[in-house]
Amino acid sequence: MTDKNVILTDDMFELLDDSEKNSEFIAIESKTFFRDTWDRFKKNKLALFGLIFLVLMVLGAIFVPMFSKYGYTTQNMQLRNALPSLEHPFGTDGLGQDILVRVMYGARISLSIGFVSALINLVIGVIYGGIAGYLGGKVDMVLMRIIDIIYSVPSVLYTLLILMVFGNNIFSMIVAISITSWIQMARQVRTQVMSLKEMEFAMAAKVLGAGHMRILLKHLVVNALGPIIVCLTMMVPNAIFTEAFLSMLGIGLDPLIPSWGALANDCRQLLFTYPIQIIWPIAAICLTILSLNFIGDGLGEALEAKR
Amino acid sequence: MIKYIIKRLLVGALTLFILMTVTFFAVRAIPGNPFAQDSRGLSPEAYAALEHKYGLDKPVTEQYVIFLQNAIKLEFGESIAKKGQQVIDIIADRAPVTFKLGVVAFVISVVFGIALGVISALTKKRWVNSLITTFATLGVSIPSFLFAIITMYLFGVKFKLVPLMGLDSWQNYILPAFALALSPISMITRLTRSSLKDVMNKDYITLARSKGTGELKVILKHGLKNAMLPIVTYCGPMFAGLVTGSLVIERLFTIPGIGAEFTNSITNRDYTLVMGLTIFLGLIVIIMTIVSDIVAALIDPRIKLGK
Repeated sequence: MTDKNVILTDDMFELLDDSEKNSEFIAIESKTFFRDTWDRFKKNKLALFGLIFLVLMVLGAIFVPMFSKYGYTTQNMQLRNALPSLEHPFGTDGLGQDILVRVMYGARISLSIGFVSALINLVIGVIYGGIAGYLGGKVDMVLMRIIDIIYSVPSVLYTLLILMVFGNNIFSMIVAISITSWIQMARQVRTQVMSLKEMEFAMAAKVLGAGHMRILLKHLVVNALGPIIVCLTMMVPNAIFTEAFLSMLGIGLDPLIPSWGALANDCRQLLFTYPIQIIWPIAAICLTILSLNFIGDGLGEALEAKR
Repeated sequence: MIKYIIKRLLVGALTLFILMTVTFFAVRAIPGNPFAQDSRGLSPEAYAALEHKYGLDKPVTEQYVIFLQNAIKLEFGESIAKKGQQVIDIIADRAPVTFKLGVVAFVISVVFGIALGVISALTKKRWVNSLITTFATLGVSIPSFLFAIITMYLFGVKFKLVPLMGLDSWQNYILPAFALALSPISMITRLTRSSLKDVMNKDYITLARSKGTGELKVILKHGLKNAMLPIVTYCGPMFAGLVTGSLVIERLFTIPGIGAEFTNSITNRDYTLVMGLTIFLGLIVIIMTIVSDIVAALIDPRIKLGK
């Protein structure tokens, strides 16, 4: 026991040196969720390359057609099939149209189709998968059987039928792509919600009297955001692929719209004449799909590490 | 086991029925008319006679019932665009071409995929591994038809090593088959690699080795045999990919198979042929999925317990 007779005086203490004040403080700087993910994402070189490429592509898609002096159908009969030059960085095609502008205009179309259909998938997939996972039991079984049935037929068949019914415009292309690709998202969300709803915070929300919709959207879906984002990233290349595939079949968009698929379709004739021109659309499609896949993988790893 | 097979068959039948229904009504909803090409010179009476011949004058519900009855008897009627040819004959005529190509691509995918996967899982050299992994990443990202265009240019136009069109000799198969197999090879490589790596760390592999079994026998009999399951389950979807992928590959290489017929029938608004082909393609995919599910259940009895 301590001696009660000791009297504490000021000279028994001395001030601590400034440098030693925080010596016992060992916690690292606290980071927000997104900061943390970003830091991990940055370390993945391929993912970072993918992100940079995608940003450049989006900027190019927005600004190149806007500021170029050539429109995507501006023809110059004096300058047909020109090689790349300062005037036309990618050269010109058989009608003297600037290939750079056409490829970037194609990026506008293909990327919009990709992002819009991914967003539609997000909405449908989260609602469908969320309901199936949250309610479980019979509802879940019926909803999942429906998915199994839709999934077991190649999506190209549905896509073709829808394009035929609604005509070959961008709107029906987006509908056609979205009609089957939400399934993956729904499955992903369902699995996540099923495991998350058993956790304590979901129980706590329930005890506090939160409604079903609130628990599902504000608690469960928000906590499943990681896998959802990864799934979303993977859907964009899928949509770009499908658009190109259909246009190659000659039943995609109106061939006068220079979507990437339409440009790739033109390549078949160019093989024997001006093979240099086929590089650009092919490189644009492949690198974009590759970038998005890298970003998806990188995000997957960055978010996974959190768990 | 029998119960599982019956259940799978029932789900397959239901899927086929839904596909038939969707196709029937989608085709009816397509704007445009199968007789458009020759309707200009047609009198209203002749037009009515044509409609009567194909049963298009009856109410849609009645047409639907007739269609289902005929479909069970495998009668899809006469092609509208190709006068005097039965749909079933066209399919019988074209299907072998697509199947031959599909089987070649299937064999290539399995052989190359497993070989690359095994090498990559077992090699101690890092560069071999990263070479294969890079290939597998590129393989799933590059769309088959763009890969086909690139190889067409390199091997067909530039170096003139292989013929580009048709399917007359065995050399004709090389480019289209590899283009079709590109993505399956990469998928099987990934699956084999991860599955075999798992298996090779198991105790029974160590046991087999310690009993003095030769390394090759350990890999083939104890390792690969147990690592096959994910590859077998992938074969169903893979076949679906080969069938739908051949739509565009057949168009590129002007191969007269099912895919080429399918795209033509859509552009011609050939109702009967579109329906016949959609159902045929759907049927193949459904059967293949069921077969690969059943084989997987035979290999690993744990599967059906999980369902």
